[in-house]
Amino acid sequence: MHKTLIAALLAGASLAASAADTELNLYSARHYQTDDALYRNFEKATGIKINRIEAQEDALLERIRNEGASSPADVFITVDATRLAKADELGLFAPVKSAVLESRIPAHLRTADWFAFSTRARVIVYNKIAIQGADVQTYEQLADPKLRKQVCVRSGMHPYNLSLGAAMIAHEGEAKTEAWARGLVANFARAPKGGDTDQIKAVAAGECGVALANSYYVARMMRSTQADDRRAIEAVGVVWPNQQSWGTHINVSGGGMLKHAPHKEAAVKFLEYLASDEAQIHFADGNNEWPTVTGVKVRNPALERLGPFKADTLEIGRTSRGAAAAQRIFDRAGWR
Amino acid sequence: MSRASRLPFSVPHGLTAAGSLCALILALPIAVVAGSVFVGGTGETWAHLLATVLPEFLANTGWLVLGTGLGVAAIGVSCAWLTAMTEFPGRRVFEWALVLPMAFPAYVLAYVYTDLLQFVGPVQSGLRAFFGWTRADYWFPDVRSVGGACAMFSLVLYPYVYLLARTAFLARAGSLAEAARAAGLGPWQTFRRVSLPLARPAVVAGVGLALMEALADFGTVSYFAVQTFTTGIFRAWFSLGDRLAAAQLAAALLACVALILVLEQRSRGRARHAAGPRARPGERAPLRGLRALAAWLTCLVPLTGGFLLPGALLLRMAFREGDAQFGPRYLELMRNSVVLAAVTAVCAVLLAVLLAYAARLAQSRLPRLLNRLVGLGYALPGSVIAVGVLIPVTQLDHALAAALGALTGHTPGLLLTGGISALVYAYLVRYLTVALGSVESGLARVTPSMDEAARSLGCSQGATLARVHWPLLRGSLLTAGLLVFVDVMKELPATLVMRPFNFDTLATQAYTLASDERLAEAATASLAIVAAGLLPVILLSRRISRS
Repeated sequence: MHKTLIAALLAGASLAASAADTELNLYSARHYQTDDALYRNFEKATGIKINRIEAQEDALLERIRNEGASSPADVFITVDATRLAKADELGLFAPVKSAVLESRIPAHLRTADWFAFSTRARVIVYNKIAIQGADVQTYEQLADPKLRKQVCVRSGMHPYNLSLGAAMIAHEGEAKTEAWARGLVANFARAPKGGDTDQIKAVAAGECGVALANSYYVARMMRSTQADDRRAIEAVGVVWPNQQSWGTHINVSGGGMLKHAPHKEAAVKFLEYLASDEAQIHFADGNNEWPTVTGVKVRNPALERLGPFKADTLEIGRTSRGAAAAQRIFDRAGWR
Repeated sequence: MSRASRLPFSVPHGLTAAGSLCALILALPIAVVAGSVFVGGTGETWAHLLATVLPEFLANTGWLVLGTGLGVAAIGVSCAWLTAMTEFPGRRVFEWALVLPMAFPAYVLAYVYTDLLQFVGPVQSGLRAFFGWTRADYWFPDVRSVGGACAMFSLVLYPYVYLLARTAFLARAGSLAEAARAAGLGPWQTFRRVSLPLARPAVVAGVGLALMEALADFGTVSYFAVQTFTTGIFRAWFSLGDRLAAAQLAAALLACVALILVLEQRSRGRARHAAGPRARPGERAPLRGLRALAAWLTCLVPLTGGFLLPGALLLRMAFREGDAQFGPRYLELMRNSVVLAAVTAVCAVLLAVLLAYAARLAQSRLPRLLNRLVGLGYALPGSVIAVGVLIPVTQLDHALAAALGALTGHTPGLLLTGGISALVYAYLVRYLTVALGSVESGLARVTPSMDEAARSLGCSQGATLARVHWPLLRGSLLTAGLLVFVDVMKELPATLVMRPFNFDTLATQAYTLASDERLAEAATASLAIVAAGLLPVILLSRRISRS
């Protein structure tokens, strides 16, 4: 116990004192156990040891801001574009020049400072008995009075909904987005609560007719070993929204190198690794997300079953800046 | 020097000064948060929140405070009175078992009950299948609501009231209640007119602790989507990106809590004259028949709701799905959790002793005031404390790094925030009041006349401490340490963001899975938190059953 303590107390010192580029310090808001395999592969391939702190993204940003020039963090990765944009706005990232990243990641999924490595879609899930699929083909339709007391959705404070709101603002403007949010709130079957999986289960059980959820939760339930998960997913239909207009809203998991990174070389190596075929396949296989690198061969039965779709191609750096405006709109509309 | 005659030793100014300095250091993060009120800011976020969500948040917070306050008081007082003053079958077991819910983090209880009671859960699905109902055919209380949150908090937080009220009943109310009964008052009359008024300061203190814990909570209310004042802080900070407005909201929360504390202090102050050494408990009133059954049920319901049922449900979840990482990794998680909790508990007890003695021996009211200020940390959400701690500690870290760099030639990096010291500091800011309360109440039993008596019998200062203070304080110190230990085991937000690299605990493990909506898999880590918290809680309960 004594030794542990001393080791823990001195952890900061030993980390900083070790020779550059045999280690990489990662601040991560990704919360998937399957990522362990990803990091181990990187360690094996490069000999660089990854040190991790996983926490809620806004709190991590505070930590980075306060640590300032002596921050040990090399790379910040998260699961929400709006937080990446926030880090960028705060000037926490350093620009990365990498031919590999530029050639592999499509232009609309990167900025000068940060890169998206996987995408997830905000899909519509409906109860096949209670709802006609034709009535729920777009996000806009969810605000139609026809669906009164049918809509379930998680809190309007959640980043997944805020980024959808931000995208809608970018496409349709604030006034239309607010009208939509008011219509949506009027259609709520119950006050927003729980996570995306809860919404899917509520739709399956008939507590509500239709819900919004992230695609990887749908895919995960399809692949679940639990019989009741699979039964639930068989009871619902999944729609790619807005195929006739701006496309289905996607959010990203991504990251960038931090301005004061002590191991800059390793940081770039790590970012490039995340864009490698191996890592991209891992995102698809381990967490049911879509690779951002085009042409990567994915073997995931659930993603295959969900099929191809038209995703929103608006520049990710642009959509992600409207989150605060979206929150104000949702607040006014009563989406708690 | 005028008080020297009343004390076994001259007022040690050094002790008072050291205590005040420690209190100031511990109050620093709270001051950082409160100081934000004076910075100004644009007011845009405030205007927006006031016009849209804040009124509702305030109403919800009001209901939460009222519901939780009544809940913990009702459960805590009734169970404490029954186990302290009456005799019925099973009393000896209830006496210590009633503390067990304390090992449950409120957010875990929230997950478990949602799983059980929501629309798609087994209870409602079973009812629908049995009666052939659909959604529109029946009404069922929604667990994810303000009422549900009150129930969760009442179930895990009532032990605070139970512990304190029980001690009060045993200590002071016992012999007086005996006298009251001898004077012809019935048991109910005795309770209402003698025991309860005497135990009131203890009850108010327990309710105060429970309410502060409930106000600081984010995990439970955000899972229930119950929007409270704390949610408002996070809305301003995270969604609206206004750190300043978030800090100002936190400062407003602090002001409310300070008000509660002043009220608590006043109610405690008026009763101070009643404090005295522990009296021999009077004979317990035996309960028979229906009364015994009612007493038995009164104790069984909170124990079942707060421990037995959720424990069984978690076990079932853990066996059905469970954490794929369960294995040797769990030993490491448990070790990390226990190290953090133990280090913090030891520091907290030492500091609490220092602060309590500083306040006792000081000639001015300042140290006592500082101790109350430190107590405010308990009502601040962990993430807010984390920011309040990070700001001054990283500044110190930078200075430290620069100084060491100038001295040795190479910069060591961030020493404090890079290890666990900053995190332990954050825990102390948050939980010291729990330890302080226990030590202060223990110290109150050592009256100045005891010091005088010891001195007149020829005891030196050291001997007075060793032979009078230590035996009377020992139990309170143990209670203080155990309470802090259990609280730190359960703490999540500050642990998440302030821990060093590669330092996972049971709570962070549960969080990782729960935030990925893998609640059943999070059951393994949640159970481990409860299991690791059980040992100290059982120690605690053994202590009270012997008292």
